[in-house]
Amino acid sequence: MGAVNLSDVVKRFGDFTAVHRMSLEIPEGSFLTLLGPSGCGKTTTLRMIAGLLDPSEGDIDINGRRVNDLPIHKRNLGLVFQNYALFPHKTVAENVAFGLRYRNVSRADIARRVQEALELVRLPHLASRYPAALSGGQQQRIALARAVVIEPDVLLLDEPLSALDANLREEMRVELKNIQKRIGVTSVFVTHDQSEALAMSDQVVVMSEGRIEQVGAPQEVYNTPASEFVARFLGAANILPAEARGIEGETMVLDVPGLPRLGIPRSRAPRLAGAGAARLVIRAEKLALTPVDAPADDRVSVPAMVEAVDYQGQSARYFLRIGEGENTHQVQAINMIDERPFAEGEAVSVRVRPRDCAALPLGTANGGGGSAA
Amino acid sequence: MSIEAREARQPWILLSPAIGAVTLLLLLPLVFIVVYSFWLRSAVGPDIVGFHFDNWQRALSDPFYRYILLNTLKIAAITTVLCAVLGYPAAYFVARSKGNKMLLLLMLMLPFWISYIIRTMSWINILGSSGALNTLLMTLGLTSEPLRMLYNEGAVILGLVHFLLPFMILNVFVSLDGIDTSLEDAANSLGATRWQAFLQVTLPLSLPGLAAGGLLCFVLAAGSYVTPLVLGGPRDAMFANLVYEAIITQLNWPLGSALSLLLLFVLGALVALYNRFLGMSQLTRGLG
Ligand SMILES: Nc1ncnc2c1ncn2[C@@H]1O[C@H](COP(=O)(O)OP(=O)(O)OP(=O)(O)O)[C@@H](O)[C@H]1O
Ligand SMILES: [Mg+2]
Repeated sequence: MGAVNLSDVVKRFGDFTAVHRMSLEIPEGSFLTLLGPSGCGKTTTLRMIAGLLDPSEGDIDINGRRVNDLPIHKRNLGLVFQNYALFPHKTVAENVAFGLRYRNVSRADIARRVQEALELVRLPHLASRYPAALSGGQQQRIALARAVVIEPDVLLLDEPLSALDANLREEMRVELKNIQKRIGVTSVFVTHDQSEALAMSDQVVVMSEGRIEQVGAPQEVYNTPASEFVARFLGAANILPAEARGIEGETMVLDVPGLPRLGIPRSRAPRLAGAGAARLVIRAEKLALTPVDAPADDRVSVPAMVEAVDYQGQSARYFLRIGEGENTHQVQAINMIDERPFAEGEAVSVRVRPRDCAALPLGTANGGGGSAA
Repeated sequence: MSIEAREARQPWILLSPAIGAVTLLLLLPLVFIVVYSFWLRSAVGPDIVGFHFDNWQRALSDPFYRYILLNTLKIAAITTVLCAVLGYPAAYFVARSKGNKMLLLLMLMLPFWISYIIRTMSWINILGSSGALNTLLMTLGLTSEPLRMLYNEGAVILGLVHFLLPFMILNVFVSLDGIDTSLEDAANSLGATRWQAFLQVTLPLSLPGLAAGGLLCFVLAAGSYVTPLVLGGPRDAMFANLVYEAIITQLNWPLGSALSLLLLFVLGALVALYNRFLGMSQLTRGLG
């Protein structure tokens, strides 16, 4: 039983279903990220947990208590918005104190806790400023202080970093994660940025079109995606048609048309039960280009032709043609540049470790429900 | 000519027609009125040109004029408060409605397509002794004879509220519409009920719009002339009616000028106070 439980939650707007039968368990103290493309229902889900939207069906429990009919102001949640939503007519200290005034906290305790919260976000010197006189990053920290000072049962964050510029975003992401760890509050974080999700989360929930595609630890969703959608959404992935031949010991044997037979660890194909149509997933940064005459090693090697090069400074993205005869495939590889990038039209050999490949059954249905416990 | 010099000149070139119109139609007549207010009316023959304070002395000391001035300000104040009380909820409804705000605002503007005088006169058909309301009351047997609802202060205030309410609603709407709804969500999430969130967040943030609407309503009400003429009784004259009386009936242009300048100063002082504390930009925001 998690701190927050969604069971079969559905949200409809008129005829449109924004969230389909979603079930999710969010463990106490964990940092869970809802990740998915724009419009997939992340905000809708978060707003239902917050009590800003009523679920059309299903139950939401917080700390073992059904909250469907509990109005937002009684849920004891901390909310952090993309646009910060600081009260412009109140000072920083008044903003942070706002929630405490509805909680029977004495004046002296309010002052002390506001001070502590401001120290937590390292901005104690700004207490008497107005939000308009703060930078974006400072506003975001004050918004965080305001949300955590009430010691919420759950902290809900809707794309809190997306309004910041790239450098500040990375800095804030580390800081946010540190603060969350320090106070140990159960957090639900919404983002469409996969690197943010992978860097910060204990659990990632990948969503698409109102459904959960996969729930898992960052490495798990990255290394063994449950569907083509997840594979593609979490960074550049090559997805090749394959035929699973069966399991030999701890190895799953696969044939990709036009390429040599490949055996990958079974742990990398957890959803493949045995023989059948499948998909082979190889991340672009796991495909390594080498000169054709390079000595053999423990990697599988196939000849390839460089079709296009996208030079990116320290690395390059190559578009390669592999396979033979009728069965050729275009794949992408992202490699660090050693001395010089490989050139367009160059013949190379492309190598991959079998344990860096993953396999999926063909036509992987949407994950539907899932559990993060 | 340098680019900077050209750019510095450009606004003046673009503004010149407007400046010309304002000078010709507003400033020049105002200067005439100021000059006039120091002349004297003679019983026979043309006005006496000169620099006399007689009109000003009369305008400022005559108890009747002072009574009318205070009454005018009182009526304007009551009208403004009523507009605020009636207009704020309507503006809130429009600003927070999920549907077509523009359609609702258009409906608000619709009365402006009918002449103000006709809108004012229409109350005679509603409130008059054989008007719609009295006919209804008597048909229902609630009253035996027509109620006197016209030609009193109440009717004047009603007419003014009818005329000025859209100005108030529009101004409050603009400031409410500019308030991010996530502020209320944030307040709710922190433990405030909807009503508390309104009082703590939405209301204070919409005060500039309320003040701008209030200023407009007050100034327009205090300067009103047609409404008290059409809906008021003999004792409900407002200050603008006095000016009319002096200039058109008594042909006393110098006194009328002094009186109209007096009203201008009183209202001007109010606008200056507003500007001092809230700034003119709020007003232009509401009008745009
Ligand atoms: N009030 C509403 N009425 C109708 N449809 C809505 C409403 N709110 C959201 N939707 C629809 O529900 C779907 C999910 O919206 P949601 O805001 O949850 O997306 P999201 O995943 O947060 O996307 P983004 O990354 O762009 O914020 C969208 O298709 C959206 O158009
Ligand atoms: Mg969203």
